[in-house]
Amino acid sequence: MTRPLRTLAVLVALLAAPMASLLAQETVFRANGPDDFREGLHAFINATVYKDYKNKIDSGILVIRDGKVVDAGRGIAIPVGAIVHDMKGKFIYPSFVDIYSDYGLPATPKVHSANEEDGGVQYTTNVKGAYGWNQAIRSEYEAQKNFAVNESAANELRKLGFGAVLTHRKDGIARGTGAVVTLNNDKENKVVIKGNATAHYSFSKGTSTQEYPSSLMGTIALLRQSYLDAQWYKAYGYKTEYNLSMEAWNNQQNIPQVFEAGNWLKELRADKIGKEFGVQYILKGDGTEYRRISELKDTKAKFIIPLTFPKAYDVEDPYKALWVELAEMKHWELAPTNAAALSKAGIDFAITTSDLEKKEDFLKNLRTAVKYGLSEENALKAVTLSPAQFVNAQDLVGSLDRGKLANFFITSKPLFDEKAVINENWIQGKRYEITKFDPKDIRGEYNLAIKSPKESFSFPVLKVQGEQAAPKGLITQDTNKIEVKLTVKDNDLTISFDPDKNKAGKFLLTGMIQSDRSWKGKAQLPDGEWADWTATFTRALPDTTHPPKPDTLDLSKLSKVTYPFVSYGNEELPKAENVLIKNATVWTNEKEGILKNADVVIRGGKIGAVGAGLSCADCKVVDAAGKHVTSGIIDEHNHIAISEGVNEGAEAASSEVRIGDVVTSEDLNMYRQLAGGVTAAQLLHGSANPIGGQSALVKFRWGYAPEKLKIEGADGFIKFALGENVKQSNWGEKFTVRYPQTRMGVEQTYINYFTKAREYEKAMQAKKPVRRDLQLEALVEIINKKRFITCHSYVQSEINMLMHVADSFGFRVNTFTHILEGYKVADKMKAHGANASTFSDWWAYKYEVIDAIPYNANILNRMGINTAINSDDAEMARRLNQEAAKTVKYGATTEEDAWKMVTLNPAKMLHLDSRMGSLKPGKDADVVIWSDNPLSIYAQAEKTYVDGICFYDKDADSQKREYIKRERARLVQKMLDDKKAGAPTQDPTKKNNKAYSCGGNNE
Amino acid sequence: MIQKIKTYALIATTSILSGAAIAQQDVPVPAAKQIERLCLKGGTIHIGNGQVVENGYVVFENGKVTAVMPNANLKTDETLGRIIDVTGKQVYPGLIAPNTVLGLTEIEAVRATNDQYETGSVNPDVRSIISYNTDSRVTPTVRSNGILYAQIVPQGGRVSGTSSVVQLDAWNWEDAAVKADEGLFITWPNMYRVKGWWAEPDGYELNKDYDKNVQELKDLFNDAKSYAYSSHDKKNLRFESMKKLFTDKANLYIRVDYVKEILQAIALGEEMGVNVVIMGGADSYMIADVLAAKKVPVILGKAHELPSYNDEDIQQPYKTPAILQKAGVLYAISENGFWQQRNLMFEAGTAASYGMTKEEALTAITANPARILKLDDKIGTIEAGKAASFIVSDGDLLDMRTSNITLAFIDGRQIDLDNKQKELYKKFTVKYFGK
Repeated sequence: MTRPLRTLAVLVALLAAPMASLLAQETVFRANGPDDFREGLHAFINATVYKDYKNKIDSGILVIRDGKVVDAGRGIAIPVGAIVHDMKGKFIYPSFVDIYSDYGLPATPKVHSANEEDGGVQYTTNVKGAYGWNQAIRSEYEAQKNFAVNESAANELRKLGFGAVLTHRKDGIARGTGAVVTLNNDKENKVVIKGNATAHYSFSKGTSTQEYPSSLMGTIALLRQSYLDAQWYKAYGYKTEYNLSMEAWNNQQNIPQVFEAGNWLKELRADKIGKEFGVQYILKGDGTEYRRISELKDTKAKFIIPLTFPKAYDVEDPYKALWVELAEMKHWELAPTNAAALSKAGIDFAITTSDLEKKEDFLKNLRTAVKYGLSEENALKAVTLSPAQFVNAQDLVGSLDRGKLANFFITSKPLFDEKAVINENWIQGKRYEITKFDPKDIRGEYNLAIKSPKESFSFPVLKVQGEQAAPKGLITQDTNKIEVKLTVKDNDLTISFDPDKNKAGKFLLTGMIQSDRSWKGKAQLPDGEWADWTATFTRALPDTTHPPKPDTLDLSKLSKVTYPFVSYGNEELPKAENVLIKNATVWTNEKEGILKNADVVIRGGKIGAVGAGLSCADCKVVDAAGKHVTSGIIDEHNHIAISEGVNEGAEAASSEVRIGDVVTSEDLNMYRQLAGGVTAAQLLHGSANPIGGQSALVKFRWGYAPEKLKIEGADGFIKFALGENVKQSNWGEKFTVRYPQTRMGVEQTYINYFTKAREYEKAMQAKKPVRRDLQLEALVEIINKKRFITCHSYVQSEINMLMHVADSFGFRVNTFTHILEGYKVADKMKAHGANASTFSDWWAYKYEVIDAIPYNANILNRMGINTAINSDDAEMARRLNQEAAKTVKYGATTEEDAWKMVTLNPAKMLHLDSRMGSLKPGKDADVVIWSDNPLSIYAQAEKTYVDGICFYDKDADSQKREYIKRERARLVQKMLDDKKAGAPTQDPTKKNNKAYSCGGNNE
Repeated sequence: MIQKIKTYALIATTSILSGAAIAQQDVPVPAAKQIERLCLKGGTIHIGNGQVVENGYVVFENGKVTAVMPNANLKTDETLGRIIDVTGKQVYPGLIAPNTVLGLTEIEAVRATNDQYETGSVNPDVRSIISYNTDSRVTPTVRSNGILYAQIVPQGGRVSGTSSVVQLDAWNWEDAAVKADEGLFITWPNMYRVKGWWAEPDGYELNKDYDKNVQELKDLFNDAKSYAYSSHDKKNLRFESMKKLFTDKANLYIRVDYVKEILQAIALGEEMGVNVVIMGGADSYMIADVLAAKKVPVILGKAHELPSYNDEDIQQPYKTPAILQKAGVLYAISENGFWQQRNLMFEAGTAASYGMTKEEALTAITANPARILKLDDKIGTIEAGKAASFIVSDGDLLDMRTSNITLAFIDGRQIDLDNKQKELYKKFTVKYFGK
């Protein structure tokens, strides 16, 4: 029945193949000598063939010709003349594809850095040519034009099973295009299989020596502006300038866009930028995805992940172990679960060799990922079809379907068996030997007979046992056991043994393996005589090799992911509760003032009721007799929970940057500040330049993802700064070039930018073709009272100046922050309508605070200016209640007024007082229960609620400490076990425990 | 050329500015010697050693306390001298601020006013008292909060120099010195090195030179010790200065925080036979029993700090004093910097909130630092025979809600509690509110 069909298949194959081969061998290159075309027609039979990641064919056949797959399957015809390879017991897989490689590309040539005249700071690009304004935007770079085969690098990857890679130059924020190339050692014309395959981006400016951007948020702003610039260029800009970077940027928008993001936070950030411009990036991560799977799944992005598993820390010395955080220990244990976590969530991902310290660990790590829950099928998919599909190369690589490149490798055992080795990796039909095939299996029992003209010897029981690749022989003769050394290579056999311990001399045998499994050859005896010998196969022996022990890894015993993934995180995100707080002293911050023996109801995340004798049926009751209840503290000036740079201070204006782009949920300071009764904060840009960046207003929803920390519907704010920091007074000797260097220049900077902003707005309104400029747009928002300034300020002259500038452009300065000489111009501030947010008692840290006084807040408050006390310091923020109390000490501010300076007043200046800042029914349930009068140094926050969710609880805190202790102990023991078992370890190093401040000298 | 002109211009500007500043804002006149017998009457007297005398009397004459007693013990024939009624107020010993650069710097960011960092790494011979500026505008703001004594400490390098204890109401440094050249400050090498810069720290890494750094320190002390006990033709100023550690048992203050380093610092002290005081001691609570047993005193860095390790108790620095207290370690609480010293009592207040009594916390800024500085025969408590140095507060000194100093005496001299900031407050109160 099947026969005629087969024939038909052969006919089709025969017809199709020559066509393909003709095309394949057509070339413009001339040969030196007669042409040497070879068809490379091979058939691999009797193998277990993985046609793709999920189709396994037992006793399969793979036929290739001209570097391509003719067919793979069971029972397909072997073309006449094919070179047949018997792959019995072997496994054939499509070669892997790595889409995150820089294989074959030269490093970026070094460019000279800053010149002396710029004070050692390079403000403009130093790349020569018609390129873009920023050195980190390198869209013009094309991997295909720079690629050259690099045999040793290719070999390294081939050994791991790879057949093709997507290569691009990993340099810059926009990196240009990548090319798909094979790992064949051949002419580039053959090896490059897809030219401009992908466009690449990252958050790293790489070798760019230009100052901007100097922060992560600056990088994001640059990307955002580049998208707009490219749109402008396409529509109008090309008429006025020729810009190779923008040309390239626009030309590469329709191919897959790959973004090297980094950790999961940055993956979310990259995705967000892309979506603003309708781009869905493929996100290259760092193996931390398991920490926030659900948010990552919501991006609907595809991912590229490395298999980087940290070494165990050397924690033998418990004091040394102090330097290793629980989060780092947990990551050590959980990193191998990352791929499985993505897979389980149904996220499409590819695995790369990128980022591995040692590339040769790749297969081992892939197997580890499988051991930690990734299915073999999905593991294979992530290194074959998925990467191929991601870069639209699935018609070329990724499986062994007809017509694809003959990229496949042969293994001795199933790939995920620890003992499997790759024997050969064929790329574009060319064979690369990786590990020699095991020699013929000669294991069994033989009857050995040696016969010379003079004498004969008989050894009826020669057992050949052990590994197939290294069989060992043993002759049993009565009670004698004689060890026999055997070496097999192809059909060639060498044997030696010492037949009689009492007589000197070995028998040396050489021979060939016969088709009937017997051996035959010549032997040389100790006396030099030659003899004939034969060994007849008598029986097979039972397999004595031990099967590998079954894996006993219990995945449920592994450490749990916490939110956030730092100490004091929660395994489950806490939820809102309905709570009745009874019998407390309640600081309402409303006209009711301070109520003794009163109750507060929290319901549905809001304040339900405040008053005496309240009841609430479905509420959890908290008896707060002897305790004080207040609304949560709001810190007007805070720099925590910000990733990778709080200043984009390269230039005088950076209104385009947004702290909101770089908020992180993983800052332990949030929890520490909740323990100080702080529930919300303005996260501010630093004070390095007159026009700083846009703020983020957040609530401390401990554990929630960054976007969920942001206060919904809050007004936009922006940081401005005056004085020594912006004129670089304390930056060091070389900083004397950037404008402005004086307070005079600061004024002109503002007038200049606001004038430009006005002109920009006018042009926009007139519908002129204007390049959208996000820097100016933020300033237009200020003029139009849609964005509000918080200005770092100290001395009276500059405070006056900014109010004049604002008046002249028709807006109001919302808040002067720090404002240590505010008391000198309180009347003017009052007239202008500015808020004041100040330190309680800081001074003497630089010249412009020489006249700072701790009575400042008191005077401002008495003048009727809405006044707040801020922290600007991660430690002080958790004692803002005490800082407010200092206004009682200095100037005898009333306690109610003092308390409002850290609650209602900051709420007002942040335009949040309609929902925060006091205990009023309907407002957000941001509530703190204190052990004492909240202004007292002896007061401790016992419970802190945000939106009715209890994020800090003193009792739960001690349980968390206990958890940290136990979990650390367990992981320390496990690491010690690992070390004992010979695993490499690393010294503790602590990464990124950043604490920003701008009150000090330099920032 | 241009460079030179610039420099001249800078000098000219600076001198004009500083001239103006002096004329405008002077510091209060130091108080004159006590001339009559005085008595603080009716206050709650916090002795400084844990005891409290309610409704008490403190009699003092010629700069010394002559009697401290409760009302009940008052004999009818007692001559109290001039009575100062402090009924309802709190009386405390003058606070002692260890480890400060008060008077060594005026404006942190203005280099010309910084006098605490000598160049080079081994400077045992430099003496803080020489730089100490009795006319600092900062000092009166500290003093008016109740801090009457301070240990003035040179900074920088491996061996920073020699410290002195001063009283904070003086005409000149000789006048200020309570105990000149009382100890030597060194900084223990860090096993872990901080990466990044102050505004953007970037984690830590193992210091590969740690062992070498420690060996260098050991070599230095060995050489110094040998020098101290041998005769020589040529003087070595550094070793001359270090002699006091061996021959007079002067304190060797070692700045060190990490527990392993603390233990090694103590071991060095034992090996060299010198008196070690641990300065900083963030991890000291982990080895409180060892410190108590070996009688090694600790001057804790400020309590208002973030924990050293993320896995630590989030309030660990607040709780550390109580742990040392319970273990019986001789310890003091300190503040950072110079102007910040005016918050010293609040560091103690926080300690009191986290596991100890207020009187115990008070001891950590009075009697305990006096003992550590070996001045407990003179200052630190309100006891007969000791200096008449105390402060009077409206309410609880340790709580900013109530802490308000109304009177202060150093050696019986009633000092002026005015300062530049109060003057500015008055000036602008008059401007805006007319009084």
